[in-house]
Amino acid sequence: MLAERVSEPMEPQPYRVIEVRHETADVVTFTIEPTPGIASMDALPGQFNMLWAFGVGEVPISLSGLRPGGVLVHTVRSVGTVSEALTRLHSGEIVGVRGPFGRGWEVETAEGDDIVVVAGGIGFAPLRPVVEHALANRSAFGRVVVLVGARRPEEMIFDEDLLRWAVATDDIAVEVTVDAAGHDWSGHVGVVTELVGRARFDARHAVAFVCGPEVMMRFATRSLQERGVPLGRIRLSAERNMHCAVAHCGHCQLGEYIICRDGPVFDAARLLPLLTVRGR
Amino acid sequence: MTERTIRDLLAEHEFFAEMSPEHIDLLAGCGRNVVFPANTAIAHEGDPAEHFYVLRTGRVAVGIHMPQREPLVVATLGPGDVLGWSWLFSPPYWRFDALTTQETRAIALDGVCLRAKCDADPALGYRLMQRFAHILVQRLEATRVQLADLYGKTHAG
Repeated sequence: MLAERVSEPMEPQPYRVIEVRHETADVVTFTIEPTPGIASMDALPGQFNMLWAFGVGEVPISLSGLRPGGVLVHTVRSVGTVSEALTRLHSGEIVGVRGPFGRGWEVETAEGDDIVVVAGGIGFAPLRPVVEHALANRSAFGRVVVLVGARRPEEMIFDEDLLRWAVATDDIAVEVTVDAAGHDWSGHVGVVTELVGRARFDARHAVAFVCGPEVMMRFATRSLQERGVPLGRIRLSAERNMHCAVAHCGHCQLGEYIICRDGPVFDAARLLPLLTVRGR
Repeated sequence: MTERTIRDLLAEHEFFAEMSPEHIDLLAGCGRNVVFPANTAIAHEGDPAEHFYVLRTGRVAVGIHMPQREPLVVATLGPGDVLGWSWLFSPPYWRFDALTTQETRAIALDGVCLRAKCDADPALGYRLMQRFAHILVQRLEATRVQLADLYGKTHAG
């Protein structure tokens, strides 16, 4: 029997792609499992991995799903050479994985409270495990509210999950919105922050999980505060240019924080002041 | 079971939350209940704007007619929202199309009736203008965020 190899932080481990799903024209979700002899990683919602497209390069990608048996799900948008290579992976191919890294959403600390998930665009990917965790432990939480925004209807990721949650699950509120649409779209049109004001939850006893472009997170935080959610109960996920992922290179430094080590998830009270500094 | 009056419905609505009972009474005199089936045009761009609508249930798509293209929906409104501010300004005409996407129940408030009451009672006019200014600011801010194309590709990796 092969002894399982324990991952060194700088050494990519080979994982096999077992499923590929094309979410939109440029977003792909792929499911991977450790190859024989590779130890499963203990990852948490909100953490990220460094994914290697062999012969091309490495990028940080958040976990968009955690499955039994060490099976991991990542969702990648093609925005450059490496991510484009990752979106072209097929089942059976090998991808290199380093991780997991960073501080996650710590969903379990919201037990007993309402959960409000506010996601924009590809920012929904790291939040899907939050919703899955809440549904798997439904009695531990109050209301679960999921608010998702995208540019156009055809750019909405995880549409099957959203539909399943909205239709088949009584005790979760799902609202989606797009920036613009034709008359064949039956959902909301407008920015996702507008949905915050309309959603039903107990603001004083809610924890909000927000991920999306930084401008969207700023406006979402303001909308949540206007609803009465204390700043310390709002968590944001920061995206910066992670390279080493082990707090050595400094590429992802933001103010006093090294995002790969201190984040990517922060309390809004800590992160928000840095998101409003001009020139960063 | 007692039937709720227009006054009751207005008093319960978010838009009028900070208005005095006396002002709600005045507004209620200009209102009537309306029900629009799904896919009903409530307003067309350029039509005279004689009413605004306090939405109670359903959903309305606010859109722009695009010649030789599919109409573009730029916002949707639902319960708790107000449709139409054009009646406030002269000449009052609709700036957008408004189409129900679900059966929609609303209170229609008559613009001519309201303008006359606001002229006679400047305090009412000021409170109403404050409420509409708040909505206009919210929608302007939302439009600016939409224009920022937040979900576009901003970096390579």
